[in-house]
Amino acid sequence: MTQFRALRRVASLLTTPREPEDFLNLVNPLASARQLRGVVTKVVRETADSTTIHFRPGRGWNPHAAGQWARIGVEIDGVRQWRSYSLSAAVGHDPAITVTAIGVVSTALARDTKVGDILFLDTPQGDFVLPEHPRPLLMLTAGSGLTPVMSMIRTLVPRRPDADVVLIHSARTRDEALFHDELLELADQFPGLTVRHWFTREEGGRRLDLSDVTDLETLCPDWRDRAAYACGPTEFLDAASELWLRDGEDPAHPHLTIERFAPVLLEGSGGEGGLLTFEKSDKELEVGGDVPLLEAGEECGVVMPSGCRMGICRSCLVPLVAGKVRDLRTGEVHGDEGELIQTCVNAAAGPVHLDI
Amino acid sequence: MTATTNRPTTTPTGATEAVGAVAGTATTIRPKKPVLAASGGPVKRPSAAAHLSEADVERLGKELDALRDRIIATRGAKDAAYIRRVIRVQRTLEVAGRATLLLSKKKSAFVAGTAMLSVAKILENMEIGHNVLHGQWDWMRDPDIHSTTWEWDFVTPAAAWKHTHNDLHHTWTNVLGKDKDVGYSTLRMAEDQPWRPHNILNPVINGILAPFFEWGIAIYDLELEAVQEGEKSKEDLKKDLKALGRKVVRQFSKDYVATPVAAMPFGSGKQALLGTFTANAIRNVWAHSVIFCGHFPDGVDVFTEEEIEGETRGDWYIRQMLGSANISGSKLMHLMTGNLSHQIEHHCFPDLPSNRYHEVAVELREICQRYGLPYTTGPMPKQVYQAWAKVFRLALPNRPRPLPKGSADAVNAPVPPRRGAALPMVARVG
Repeated sequence: MTQFRALRRVASLLTTPREPEDFLNLVNPLASARQLRGVVTKVVRETADSTTIHFRPGRGWNPHAAGQWARIGVEIDGVRQWRSYSLSAAVGHDPAITVTAIGVVSTALARDTKVGDILFLDTPQGDFVLPEHPRPLLMLTAGSGLTPVMSMIRTLVPRRPDADVVLIHSARTRDEALFHDELLELADQFPGLTVRHWFTREEGGRRLDLSDVTDLETLCPDWRDRAAYACGPTEFLDAASELWLRDGEDPAHPHLTIERFAPVLLEGSGGEGGLLTFEKSDKELEVGGDVPLLEAGEECGVVMPSGCRMGICRSCLVPLVAGKVRDLRTGEVHGDEGELIQTCVNAAAGPVHLDI
Repeated sequence: MTATTNRPTTTPTGATEAVGAVAGTATTIRPKKPVLAASGGPVKRPSAAAHLSEADVERLGKELDALRDRIIATRGAKDAAYIRRVIRVQRTLEVAGRATLLLSKKKSAFVAGTAMLSVAKILENMEIGHNVLHGQWDWMRDPDIHSTTWEWDFVTPAAAWKHTHNDLHHTWTNVLGKDKDVGYSTLRMAEDQPWRPHNILNPVINGILAPFFEWGIAIYDLELEAVQEGEKSKEDLKKDLKALGRKVVRQFSKDYVATPVAAMPFGSGKQALLGTFTANAIRNVWAHSVIFCGHFPDGVDVFTEEEIEGETRGDWYIRQMLGSANISGSKLMHLMTGNLSHQIEHHCFPDLPSNRYHEVAVELREICQRYGLPYTTGPMPKQVYQAWAKVFRLALPNRPRPLPKGSADAVNAPVPPRRGAALPMVARVG
């Protein structure tokens, strides 16, 4: 490693102001001093709308823990777009994401990705991970919320004979259910996994009801004895957390861990907006009061730091030079000079200058 | 949402007060660029545009805005592929050139290596560096091809150049005393600049500047004049000097130490040194020529600060058009000049991707024709000759004389295009 570093330093004498990797890029697309990349190794169509994309990451990637997500960058019509996706592969394997064609970015990824394509990556993040000590588990998922849980099941069930996992997965139809056959096979092969599918259409259009315990009691009578993980649409998760709270959940020692894919925004918190100036990038933009600063920056080509895009990970902090911003989750207007602003959940409240 | 970059913005009345109010006492937010008037116009329009009414100018401004919006709406994967292709070609040439110089003991290797490295350096500075630093490719959001991360193979640090070039030169295009690119503080390049005895050296200075152009720019970017006048602090100068020093060491050691040392085992050390020096000189002379063609050939106007007072968006565009000159030529010529052969288009829209300027040119030329505005263009030898002729002419004090072609009073005279001369370039509206 030290030899490699020494060699790199010597080479950079000849490549300045570029890095040696910029020239290695000519032959190895994964070599980049500045950007982590991955090359797509396999593309599997899961359902009519979703695709699993396997990729081999370049140097600088950290192996993921089961349940974590990573930011994936993809170029759509020449413009780099970033979204976060849960990693669905088992720990120890090359990462994979399962993308459902909803929205411009996911649709492009799900439909157009080919083997050999380059994806831009950020290292895996997230706390939605398996407990440290073995416990009976209940996984409660709906739609594409299955993806992080799939990584947990693939990691845990085949390797631990003492695993005890019940998965309740809700999908509209059998055809739309992700990993349907693989789950049934795993459940067949390993006694540690029980799979309960809920197909809304087959139930006569009735959704899995978490407003009271009836459905839960039927599908998993011992649910109270299990550490629960839930991932799915917002209403689904809101209902689950309410149910657990009503049932005497102690928020300090929760039995229910939740993974959300979207921030909880206050309705109508958008104000008047204003002129947004990115000082170092020398860009200006007139923005509405409901547009996150992050999106506004990306809109005019500023390379904004970003992460979860929902106000959790704080990867998107940018110092405020002047002006006031509005927190879209609370509606609070704040902003002192030099304050680090979470750009993904804050919008301009009047003219704003950012130090980027 | 509409993004605005690299050009002054029109601020609606009252907005400036609002800005001040929100900023409070913490940091004053002030427009970095002159704020353009929303309506009206300067007291006196340049003579080449004197025939235009306020309504004409406003309409012209709107037409150019619409042209810009049309290009932006169609930026996409093809353009991204273009810049990546140019970068790939440039880097391949650079590696091949340096590798060939390792064997430059052989004359053929010397010539081939130097030629490849010269072309690589020209592409790097012109089509890639200059344009990336203008933010022309920022829309791709690729941190590897971005104005905020790019550093170029030129002694002046990118940050210093972005300030004097993007902020000063492009905002104050050809405004005497403001746009220091007019003569780069040392040359007399306009009749309106007062003659001083040292101007007699104009041709000598320019002759030395050409092969060492990058050093001239590096010194120029330090803004020594602004320090003298107290507009720039000593601390800022110290910081800039340090940054320049670091860059100089890196650039110097790459071309004049590392490359020759690598060639020594092949007995080609001395030749490699000569090769890199020659490549830098060729690039410098080329860049100098292209840039002098941009604003100094006959037919290009200069302005005073008073003249531009009250400029509207339309007037700003007109100043960019009258203050710039194009170079006509082949696709290869456009590539090698970094599309600065489309200087007029570049000055109107500094942040549009360079590969689209030829498209803009067709429409801009038609607009100029319709509004009766000159559109100065010509082949490179002619433009270089005119720029050099000006360097010689202005070495001496102005003297009254009849009006030969290209004299001071005729600068606004239309210069007919060389090709397609059937089109009259001046056709007055109405």
